[in-house]
Amino acid sequence: MKLRHKKVLTAYLFLSIPLFFFVFIRFYPMMYSFYISFTDWNIISPIKKFVGFSNYIKIFQDPVFKISLFNTLKYVLLGVPSVIALSLCLALLLNNITKFQSLYRLVYVMPYITPLVATSWVWRWMYQRPPTGVINNFLNMLGLPTRNFLLSTSEALPSIVATTVWVELGYCIVIFLAGLQNIPKEYLEAAKVDGANRTQLLFKITIPLLNPVIVFLSVMETIIFLRIFTQVYNMTDQGAGGPLNSTKPLVLYIYQKAFKSFDMGTAAAATVVLFLIILTITVIQLKVLNRKVQY
Amino acid sequence: MRRCLLVAVLALLVIISAQTFGKVKIVYWQYYFEAKVKAIDELIQEFQKLYPDIEVEHVTFPYEAFNEKVAASIPAGTGPDVVNLYYGWIPKYVTSGYLQPLPENEFSDEYFANNFFPFVAKGVEFLGKRYAVPIAVRSLALFWNKDLFKAAGLDPEKPPRTLQELVEVAKKLTKYDKQGNIVQAGLATQPSGQGHHWIREVLTRQFGGKPYSDDYTKVLYHNVPEALKFYTDLITVHKVGYPGFMNDDITAFTSMSAAMNIDGSFRIAALKKAGLNFGVAELPEHNGIKSNFASFWANAITKNATGQKLDAAIKFIKFLSSDKVMEVWLEKVGELPANPAVAQKYYNDPIYGPFLKGLEYAHATFFVDETAQRKVMMDAVDKVWLKGISPDRAFREAAEEEQKILDNFWKSVGK
Repeated sequence: MKLRHKKVLTAYLFLSIPLFFFVFIRFYPMMYSFYISFTDWNIISPIKKFVGFSNYIKIFQDPVFKISLFNTLKYVLLGVPSVIALSLCLALLLNNITKFQSLYRLVYVMPYITPLVATSWVWRWMYQRPPTGVINNFLNMLGLPTRNFLLSTSEALPSIVATTVWVELGYCIVIFLAGLQNIPKEYLEAAKVDGANRTQLLFKITIPLLNPVIVFLSVMETIIFLRIFTQVYNMTDQGAGGPLNSTKPLVLYIYQKAFKSFDMGTAAAATVVLFLIILTITVIQLKVLNRKVQY
Repeated sequence: MRRCLLVAVLALLVIISAQTFGKVKIVYWQYYFEAKVKAIDELIQEFQKLYPDIEVEHVTFPYEAFNEKVAASIPAGTGPDVVNLYYGWIPKYVTSGYLQPLPENEFSDEYFANNFFPFVAKGVEFLGKRYAVPIAVRSLALFWNKDLFKAAGLDPEKPPRTLQELVEVAKKLTKYDKQGNIVQAGLATQPSGQGHHWIREVLTRQFGGKPYSDDYTKVLYHNVPEALKFYTDLITVHKVGYPGFMNDDITAFTSMSAAMNIDGSFRIAALKKAGLNFGVAELPEHNGIKSNFASFWANAITKNATGQKLDAAIKFIKFLSSDKVMEVWLEKVGELPANPAVAQKYYNDPIYGPFLKGLEYAHATFFVDETAQRKVMMDAVDKVWLKGISPDRAFREAAEEEQKILDNFWKSVGK
């Protein structure tokens, strides 16, 4: 055997381990949940009766499923643009400073590396009404009225989005900074020589060159917001996604169907729907956003 | 020499195996709760002394993994002979073909009447058969903070006895800040805690209604919207508390931010540990009607147990439901005896007494999906205080929603 062949073989051997992992830990359960979605399995019954598409019909007739689906879209539409815009601004500012840059970066990354359950509970307490809620106490100090935040059907979802944005900022800033530092200085200097002002530099050079990073982050963040669960589970009463289902995302709906109502068939059907949504949105994003920029 | 050793080893093996195989071994499963696990370990020792030919293996696992663990054990054929489960899960386990009915000759109507409070027999019954027997039960009572009563100028030894008194006392105990925010709740109102049980099984009956039809196929509580109105009036009219105040009722009461709370007997240990100066009273009555909600974990025999194992399992669960074990259980685990004769011994206990008296007139709701049914009640309260919907309409919508859950269930079991 030639050395080259040997090297290739070794590479395949090592690659087969993650492949094995993907096939048995990822794909197999995925395929299995497709199968479960056509049965009436109740988690403890040994029999899984085939019921055709009735689980799919059931979920689309369920108003709570529709609310959860709609809430999930709200999470994405509110969350993704906010986190991308905010982190880009912060990264641009951070890129301009030389002193304490790493300290600032650390400060922004902290929320991201803190366990999400802990973050969620701290925010849950900060959002409380008086006498305990820090935010409300601050508002009252300024003479502003008390807000219900998590206890209100209209404010609860944006409150959870705010917490998530705060968490995700750390990750996005780091990626944006890496992207910014990859932009060749020559482009910016050449543009300056040609008399471009700061706005032109930003919109004609920096942002177009950051496009791959923006695509990557918006795909990642969309998936994160589509799969939102931990925050909602920990920030709402009994993890129910209330008040009145106003914060319940699809994943929580699936969880409740599967592990509270033991209706695995319906839960699997909803999982398949979520899978298709994530797949579609990701494909669209990659197609629309991934334009090549060249100078 | 070597031969001698071999013979000795073989002889030893024969003796050991004769001892082991002469015994009937049954497997007992429960979720891990330290006090319960320790108590059961000791009780197994005692049981094995009583019946030297029976060996009980005790297996525990985390509460969160209960259903998954049990589910996985069926196809693997490694499940328990006796399992400790929540009474509300009996229908699901029966319809999944997991439990066998208790033999009627051993567990007759008379046995139930002599050994348990009346709600037990109904709570373990499904489609005309009984499936489990409890060691202990839980019920609700009114907890009040004696220090906060004193601070408000009330007699710390006189808790409210009726719903009217409850409202009056709660109002006196509520404190607000300049903006009108509650800083001390007179009564914690948390439907997601025990509040939903209070509305369903207690208030509904006290206002002259019934939560469900006798066979639990029809929701009836919406016929008495006064029950929900009484509860939501505490929030919207009397303003003595609201759901989510201090996060939840337990935190509010433990941190002395709520002066009264309706909670279960399972909270006693935590409150004692917190060093709170609290009292316990029977739930306030109304129109002369007393009611309470009881729930329990019970021991059931699975289909694994046949022949000698079945006999051993019967002896074991009967032993666990005996008077003596109930007394041990109250002492070690702090759960209430399921037998009225045992309970009566503790009627004068200032903490356990009110819970035990409550058991006489308690009802154990037949839940088909407790989480979903609880949420229906949480939503009904939220609709009133957050959305301004009338209690009448909110209760009707709740009943409609819960009826769907019941219909689905009964359809799935073919009734």
